[in-house]
Amino acid sequence: MLDATGAAPPASQSTDRFALSAHQRMLEAEAVHVLRETAAVFRRPALLYSIGKDSSVLLHLARKAFYPEAIPFKVVHVDTTWKFREMIAFRDAQACALGLDLVVHTNHEGLAAGISPFSHGAGLYTHAMKTVALRQILDRLGADAAIGGARRDEEKSRAKERMFSVRAPGHRWDPKMQRPEPWGLANTRLLEGETMRVFPLSNWTEHDVWAYVRAEAIPVVPLYFARERPVVRRGDSLIMVDDARLPLAPGETPQPMRVRFRTLGCYPLTAAVVSEAATLDAVIDELRSSRRSERAGRLIDGERADSIEAKKAEGYF
Amino acid sequence: MRIIDACATSAAPIKEHGLLRVLACGAVDDGKSTLLGRLMADAGLVPEDQMAAVAGAGGEDGFDYALLLDGLAAEREQGITIDVAYRYFATARRSFIVVDAPGHEQFTRNMATGASICDAAVLLVDARKGLLPQTRRHAVIAGLMGIRDVILAVNKMDLVGHDENVFRAIVASFRPHADSLGLDVRSVPLSAALGENIVHPAAAMPWHAGPTLLDLLETLALAPRRTGSLRFPVQRVSRSDPDFRGYQGTVAGGRVRRGDPVVALPGGQPSRIRQIVTFAGELEEAGPGEAVTLVLDREIEAGRGTVFACPDNPPACVNHVVVRLVWLSEMPLGTGRELLMRQGTDLVPCRITALRSRLDVVRMAENPATTLGANDIGTAVLETGRPVVVERYGDNRTLGSLLLIDRLNNETLAAGMVVEAVNAAANVYWQRFDTTTADRPSAGRQTPAILWLTGPSGAGKSTVANALERRLTAAGCHAYVLDGDNMRHGLNRDLGFSPPERAENVRRLAEVAHILADAGLIAIVAAIAPYAQDRANARAIAKDVPFYEIFVDTPLDVCASRDPKGLYRRARQGLVSDFTGVGAPYERPQAPDLRLDGTAETPQQEAGRIVDLLAARGHVPAA
Repeated sequence: MLDATGAAPPASQSTDRFALSAHQRMLEAEAVHVLRETAAVFRRPALLYSIGKDSSVLLHLARKAFYPEAIPFKVVHVDTTWKFREMIAFRDAQACALGLDLVVHTNHEGLAAGISPFSHGAGLYTHAMKTVALRQILDRLGADAAIGGARRDEEKSRAKERMFSVRAPGHRWDPKMQRPEPWGLANTRLLEGETMRVFPLSNWTEHDVWAYVRAEAIPVVPLYFARERPVVRRGDSLIMVDDARLPLAPGETPQPMRVRFRTLGCYPLTAAVVSEAATLDAVIDELRSSRRSERAGRLIDGERADSIEAKKAEGYF
Repeated sequence: MRIIDACATSAAPIKEHGLLRVLACGAVDDGKSTLLGRLMADAGLVPEDQMAAVAGAGGEDGFDYALLLDGLAAEREQGITIDVAYRYFATARRSFIVVDAPGHEQFTRNMATGASICDAAVLLVDARKGLLPQTRRHAVIAGLMGIRDVILAVNKMDLVGHDENVFRAIVASFRPHADSLGLDVRSVPLSAALGENIVHPAAAMPWHAGPTLLDLLETLALAPRRTGSLRFPVQRVSRSDPDFRGYQGTVAGGRVRRGDPVVALPGGQPSRIRQIVTFAGELEEAGPGEAVTLVLDREIEAGRGTVFACPDNPPACVNHVVVRLVWLSEMPLGTGRELLMRQGTDLVPCRITALRSRLDVVRMAENPATTLGANDIGTAVLETGRPVVVERYGDNRTLGSLLLIDRLNNETLAAGMVVEAVNAAANVYWQRFDTTTADRPSAGRQTPAILWLTGPSGAGKSTVANALERRLTAAGCHAYVLDGDNMRHGLNRDLGFSPPERAENVRRLAEVAHILADAGLIAIVAAIAPYAQDRANARAIAKDVPFYEIFVDTPLDVCASRDPKGLYRRARQGLVSDFTGVGAPYERPQAPDLRLDGTAETPQQEAGRIVDLLAARGHVPAA
C-alpha cells in the first residue's frame, strides 16, 4: 500500500540501506506493510513461489518483514513438470538455504490424463496444470490468503488489480466485485468460502525489481542471464530445448545461441531473447533500451486481447 | 511501462525530483485515456509489441492511443474507463505513478479512491466545452482528498483553431473555483490527438511559451508535508521466542528514536523504546513510512490496533468521530445496519448516529440530508463500540482515514476522513453523589417535571411559558424557562437550522432541562422542536423525570399573521432558509400530553390549564 503519510522514508542511519533510493525504500516498506497485514489478519496465508525474479524479491521481503521471526507462511510451488530444470534446482537450493516451509504441488489427475503443452494446446494445459493445480493446493492447505508477486505494470488488466483482491468461492475473480482501497486501506474480511489474493509488489515495475535484486544482492535463476543455450525457432519465438520431451519437427535441430529469459515459466511456452547481457548490470542496461514488453515472451498471454483477465477470472494468478 | 531511453545513459539515474503520484481526471470524453496513451507513447515508454497490438484494433480513424490503457474487457466494450488504473513510468528526471480515474459521474467514488494516494492532479478540460459540472466535481474531490497541486490541461486545442483566447477564458473561469478550494493551479494548452504540448512543444501554439505537460509533471515541486509527533499503529506482535516481543508496524507520523518514551493508546500505558529492529540491523531512529519492529523496555498490553505515540502530544482517543464520508456502495446509507470501522490498524464496531449534511459538489454547499447514495459526499457522526485513536485527516492521513464496512456482507460502504475527534464520554465515568433531589432546599412546594412546549414560530410558546413561570413562582414553586431562541444566543449559538443541527439543539435543551429537574425544579422548555423523532429523543433523555409534551396548536396562518419577529415575511422573501412552516416541515405531535388551542384562549388561560395538569399529576399543590 502506498504510504498514507505521503512521505518517502528518509535515508536512515544504517549503512546497508544507502544503496536503496527513496523510491525503492518506499516500495520496500509498502510491500513489508502488506505482508505484515496479511500475516496479521488471515488464519492461514500461503506465499506463491514461482521461482522467478518477482518471487525471489517477494521471499526476500517476507524475510525482512518478519525478522527475527521466520516467514510465518507456507511457501507453495505449483509444479507443472515442465519448468526449466535450472528453476527446480534453484528452488530446492533456496528452500534449503532459507529454511523455507516449502510445499510443491502438481495436478496429478492432469498428469495422469496426459495433459502436456503439446497434446492439449497451451490454453487447456495452462488451465489444468497451473490454474486448477493452484486451486487444488490452496484448498488442500485451507489457505484463506495467497500472496503472489504479480505487478500492475505487467499487463493492462493487472493495472486495475487491488493489493488485496477478493476471490469468490472456487477462487473466481470478478472484476466488478473488487473493493476500493483508498489510502491503501484494505477491507480484508471474507465470507465463508471466499479467499484473498495479495499482491505486495503491485506498485513495482520490472525495472524496480531488477534494481532491487541488484541493491539487495538477491539470488535469481541463472536463466535470466545470457549464455549459449540450445534453441529452436518456432514462428517468432526462440524455444530452449531443456530436455528430450520437446517434440522436434523432422529436420529441426537445436541451434546454440546466446540467449536469456525476461520471464520464466514452462520451458516450451517461454520464449528466449537473443542477448549478450550476462550480468545484472548488463540486464538492467538492456532493459532500459528494450522496445519489447516483458510478457511478450509468454506464449499463453497473446491468445486473446483480454487473455490474462479471462484466466484470472478462473483463478489464475 | 518501462524506463525511457533517455535515462539509459547512467546505471543509476538521478531522479532529481523523486516520485510523483499524480491523478489523471476530468469529465468523460475529454480525452484522458488518449492523453495518457499519448504521453507514454511520445515519451518512448510503450513497448513495440503493445503498440502493435493496439494498431490492429484502432480501426479506420488511425491509431487509438486510448486503447493502450483501458484494461478490462467491459471497458473496451463500452469505450470508457470504469475502474482506477495505475500506470508506472520513469523519465530521467522523475518516477511517476499515474492514477487513472474514470470521468463518469457514476464513478466519482473510484475517482475519490484514486485521489486518496496522490500528490497532484492533472485535470483535463475539452477546449470546446470548457468547465463542465463534472470538471468542478473532480476539482472539489481532489481538494477534499488533500491534493493541492493541479495542472489544468486544456485538451483538443486543435479543434478550436489553437485559439489563445479560448484557453485564457477557460483558465480564467477555473480561477475562482480553484481559489475557493485552495488549489495551486498551473495550465497548459494541448492536443492529445496530435501530441501537441504533451512531450513536444506545439508549433501551432507559439503564444504558449510555457512548459509542456511532461515538463510540468517533471518539475512540479511539492510542499513538504508536516510529519508531526510520533504515531506508530501496531500491525502485528511478533513473539518468535519467549524472550522476544516485537511490535511490527509502519511509522505513520513523527520519528521514533531508541530510548524515547512512548504511550500506548488506548489505555495510555507508558514505556520506552528499547530497540528498533530491522533485517538490515538495529536502527537509532526511524521516520514516516519506514516499516520497522519496535521492542519496548517493559511488558505492556498492546496488540493490533494499539498506537504508540509521543507522550507530550498524543492523538485523541474517543468514541465519537465527525467524518466526511464518500459513499461507495450502491446500497444507500440506512439506519440499523451493523457497521465496522477499519481505521489505522484497528477494526471496530460502529454506528452512524447523525448525518449532518450532504455536499453539493458542484455548488460547494452543505445541504441537509437524510441519506447518502453511491458517489455522495456527506458529513456524519460515528459512534464506535470502544475508544479509537484518531486524528484529523489534515493532521495525519493514516489515523485520519477510515473505511466503513457492512458487518454482514463485508461490503465496503464508504471511505471516511476525520473532520473532528469528539472527546465525548471517552474514559469518563459517572460519578455518584450523596445528595438527592429530595434533599435539596429547592425541593419546596413542587416535585420536578419537564414541560416541553412545542409549536411553530409565533404559536405563543414563549408567552405561555412566561405566564406559567410567573404563576408557579408566585405560588412558591421553583420553575425555570429554557427558551429556544434565548438558548441559541449562548449554549446553542454554534448551531444552525438543518435537521441534524435542530436535533442537536433539542438534545442540549433536554439535557439542561434534565439537570434543572435533577436540581429539583420544574423545567419549562419553549422550543419549536419540529421533528417528532427529536421530541421523542428529548423524552428519552428525561429518563425517570416526568416529561409532558404540550402542543401549542396555533394554525400556521395565524402564526404568520402574528409574525412577532418578522421572520415569516423574511422567510417568504427567501432571506431565511430552513424556516419551519415555510422552507422546513413541522411534524404535529400525534399524542401530546396536553393540547392548547392557541387561537381560542389567552396565554393566562393556557398557563392555567398547564398548572391544572401539574396539580392533577401531583407536581404542585392544588390551587
